[in-house]
Amino acid sequence: MKTDIQVRVNGVMESRQVEGNQTLLSFLRDTLDLTGAKEGCNEGECGACVVLLDGVAVNSCLVLAAEVDGHSVTTIEGLGDGDDLHPLQQAFLKHHAVQCGFCTPGVILTSISLLEQNRNPSEQEIREALSGNLCRCTGYRQIIDAIREVAK
Amino acid sequence: MKTPKTPAVVGQDIQRVDGLSKVTGASKYTGDLKFPRMLYAQVVRSPHPHARVLNVNLDRAARAPGVCAVASGRDFPFHVGIYLKDQTVFATDRVRYVGDPVAAVAAETPAAAREAAELVEVEYEPLEAIYDVQQGIQPDAPRVHPDLGDYECVPWITPKEGTNICNHLKVRKGDYQGALKSCVEVVENTFEVPQVQHVPMEPHISVARVDRAGKVEVHTSAQSPFTVRHLLCACFNLSHGDVRVSVPTVGGGFGGKAGINLEPIAVALAMRARGRWVRVMVDRSEEFYAVVVRQGLTATLVTGVDREGRVQAQKMHYLWNCGAYGGYGVNVVRAAGYTCGGAYEFPNVWGDSIGVYTNRPVGSAYRGFGMQEIHWALERQMDLVAGRIGMDPAEFRLKNCLGPGKQTVTGQVLDEHSGRVDLCIRKVEERLRADRRTDPGDGLIRGRGMACAVKAPAMPNDAASAVILKFCEDATLEVLISGTDIGQGLQTVSAQFAAEALDLPVEKVRVRGQPDTDLSPYDWQTVASRQTWATGNAILRAAEKIKEQLFSVAAEVLGVDPGRLALRDQAVVDPDTGRSIPLVRLVMGYQYEDGHAIGGPVAAHDSYLPEGLLFLDPETSQSAKPVAKWTFGAQGVEVSLDPRTGQYKVDRVVACYDVGRVIHPGLIRGQVYGGVVQGLGTGMMEELKLDEKSGRVVNASLMDYKIPTASDVPGVMEAHFVETPQADGPFGARGVGEHTMIPTPAAVANALGDACGIQLKEMPITAERVWRALNRREDPK
Repeated sequence: MKTDIQVRVNGVMESRQVEGNQTLLSFLRDTLDLTGAKEGCNEGECGACVVLLDGVAVNSCLVLAAEVDGHSVTTIEGLGDGDDLHPLQQAFLKHHAVQCGFCTPGVILTSISLLEQNRNPSEQEIREALSGNLCRCTGYRQIIDAIREVAK
Repeated sequence: MKTPKTPAVVGQDIQRVDGLSKVTGASKYTGDLKFPRMLYAQVVRSPHPHARVLNVNLDRAARAPGVCAVASGRDFPFHVGIYLKDQTVFATDRVRYVGDPVAAVAAETPAAAREAAELVEVEYEPLEAIYDVQQGIQPDAPRVHPDLGDYECVPWITPKEGTNICNHLKVRKGDYQGALKSCVEVVENTFEVPQVQHVPMEPHISVARVDRAGKVEVHTSAQSPFTVRHLLCACFNLSHGDVRVSVPTVGGGFGGKAGINLEPIAVALAMRARGRWVRVMVDRSEEFYAVVVRQGLTATLVTGVDREGRVQAQKMHYLWNCGAYGGYGVNVVRAAGYTCGGAYEFPNVWGDSIGVYTNRPVGSAYRGFGMQEIHWALERQMDLVAGRIGMDPAEFRLKNCLGPGKQTVTGQVLDEHSGRVDLCIRKVEERLRADRRTDPGDGLIRGRGMACAVKAPAMPNDAASAVILKFCEDATLEVLISGTDIGQGLQTVSAQFAAEALDLPVEKVRVRGQPDTDLSPYDWQTVASRQTWATGNAILRAAEKIKEQLFSVAAEVLGVDPGRLALRDQAVVDPDTGRSIPLVRLVMGYQYEDGHAIGGPVAAHDSYLPEGLLFLDPETSQSAKPVAKWTFGAQGVEVSLDPRTGQYKVDRVVACYDVGRVIHPGLIRGQVYGGVVQGLGTGMMEELKLDEKSGRVVNASLMDYKIPTASDVPGVMEAHFVETPQADGPFGARGVGEHTMIPTPAAVANALGDACGIQLKEMPITAERVWRALNRREDPK
């Protein structure tokens, strides 16, 4: 079953027809070619697909595209580019909080969502906020350091 | 002779050169690549752990809607394997584990492929399966590979025809039996390590096309494009010249993407759908059991010590659970053999490292290449022996550890460039003592422990890395490498080496680090913690050739001897006169004022291949130089344990490695933190659990197979470095990427032993295991 949706993605209004079972992750990656959100498990366990839905971090593999009709989605592509990085992107570079980079878009978007809700989180609160974003490379230390710097 | 200058870029915390692409989402991974009219594959996998394949019928699948290609075993009979050719693209006459590929279909949509795969009819005759190495090594055990004697393999791997043994390395040094008799204490223990999985965040994925002219093109998430090409050629009887493999950004490897995985399946389907791109990927569940995993280990150690606390006799018996195929894993068996004594000098050694086929998932390379597993046994044993003789564990380690002038188990005498594990032990000990924490309270008990680590690159003696350096018109330097940056930072250190060698600002260097076998220089593999060292050396050599070319033209222009010229601030200068020519006027050829030109585009190719490596003696494994280099280290761990429940927390990890030279402080710290946490994962929580009735992995999901999250990370992780220069290392550097996860589990268990006296011998160290040890209850079998 197809549904018409209107969704603001990274500030651009997109009017599309989507299949009823298409996930937001597939809509972003396959329909809009926004590949910054990654498919790591497709079952909401790894956080590689995290995007902001009305400013709040969600696993886009667990959201249907049809559900985002009338809402606003931000992906890593909507954050900042080479000349104008978001402070979290800058901090991730400064602290070497990136290795293979596959989890990085999801981790950065989760961090933005956290800082929106809590300007000055403790280390414990950062760890808890990140616990749905798996990273196999970094051991999380430099990621936590990067977020702490922006939170300060 | 020029005086060596202080490095300006090497040793500096520069920004990762691939960082900007990664934080902006610009990096393209294999799954992000879009190809017109791409087909999607579904693999049909064996539901049986061991069975004869009687018949495969693809007819119904081939006729299903949207299906463009079907393929199965009989069409692709060639055996493949990097060291031992024991595998075919699809199972032909026999399946050997649950997940063994039997057939595959390619269709217009993933859903069509899934539906068609259901229509593939396979007739099996189930056979008795074996999961346990002790069972597998029995003379009357069912044979996993009845044709083992017919398989081709490299000369330094020794499969035993008529058994399940895919490799056996023997180490015989001194007089073990005689020495044992003179020992005052003899300690024997058996240790267990289960199969675990790499869990890269990006699951395996490959895309292939065979065009109408027959050219094979593959884009794949792999660590080693040239080895992928080489093995694909063997697999399909193709010329290397007709196969192109390119590797986009890779979302983590950890050894699981070292050899070939899904590539042959993609190519087989692409051959049946000429001109179309075919994508094969595994889902997260298949990633756990269908691709590759780490081998299991059962290790029995016997240690004999003299009155002074010197180990005089050491027996090591390593039985590896290699799973269904040993193509790559046989070399883990070998590496564990010639490193069987770990970081210690044992004068009299009896060592056996034996790989055994079972009907479990396929064992392969995993960060550490067998070293974490054997160090679990070795480093637990060191603590248990120290406890028996009443010696401090750190003192016992210092008394027995390797170092300059000491002899390894293969009889190699280490020189002064080999690194210093004693300094690492002292540093860890000093840090553990310096920051002793107060009583944790709440009935918790504090414990501290340490473990050492050593590893050499496990690779063929002729494993080479090549690079190409060339200039753009604006004198930006391009560095072409074929080592893959799987997150470890190879592109960044490559930029540092090139910038340093040619006195360029790092902003004027671009590393072309997404190798393409049609265009990039040869590199054997990105494994073995060898890239910073091997590619680094190749870059420094090529930079010398670049200088020669620049100086030769500049010398002619300036009318001076090229030997007196130098590179400074993007110009060739004559230091005596101060006259200089900017690089931008030299890199494409120099043009005189009258219009005539000399020289030409400046570019250089060079390579590095380890020198002087010697084969092991086939009976005793003695060799004066079996490997290119050793990297030593140690880790200390502080835990707080609740003795009522067995729950414990790792509060602090202190790591120290002799890395020769720190090339990039931020990246090397990242390697330590990442390795420590991965080590805590395998040490504390990870295990592939198999249902022995069905042969299935029962925890094949991130819900049931836990890896560390940000909440599990110790509050304090310290990374310290000793810098004993490696004689043949770039700026003295040696590899460390894998070593950081080797000692962690043993250090945790040693800390728990210190806390409450329990003697853990099985990984992972779950709270339940700790509780059982505290209450002297056996593990349920």
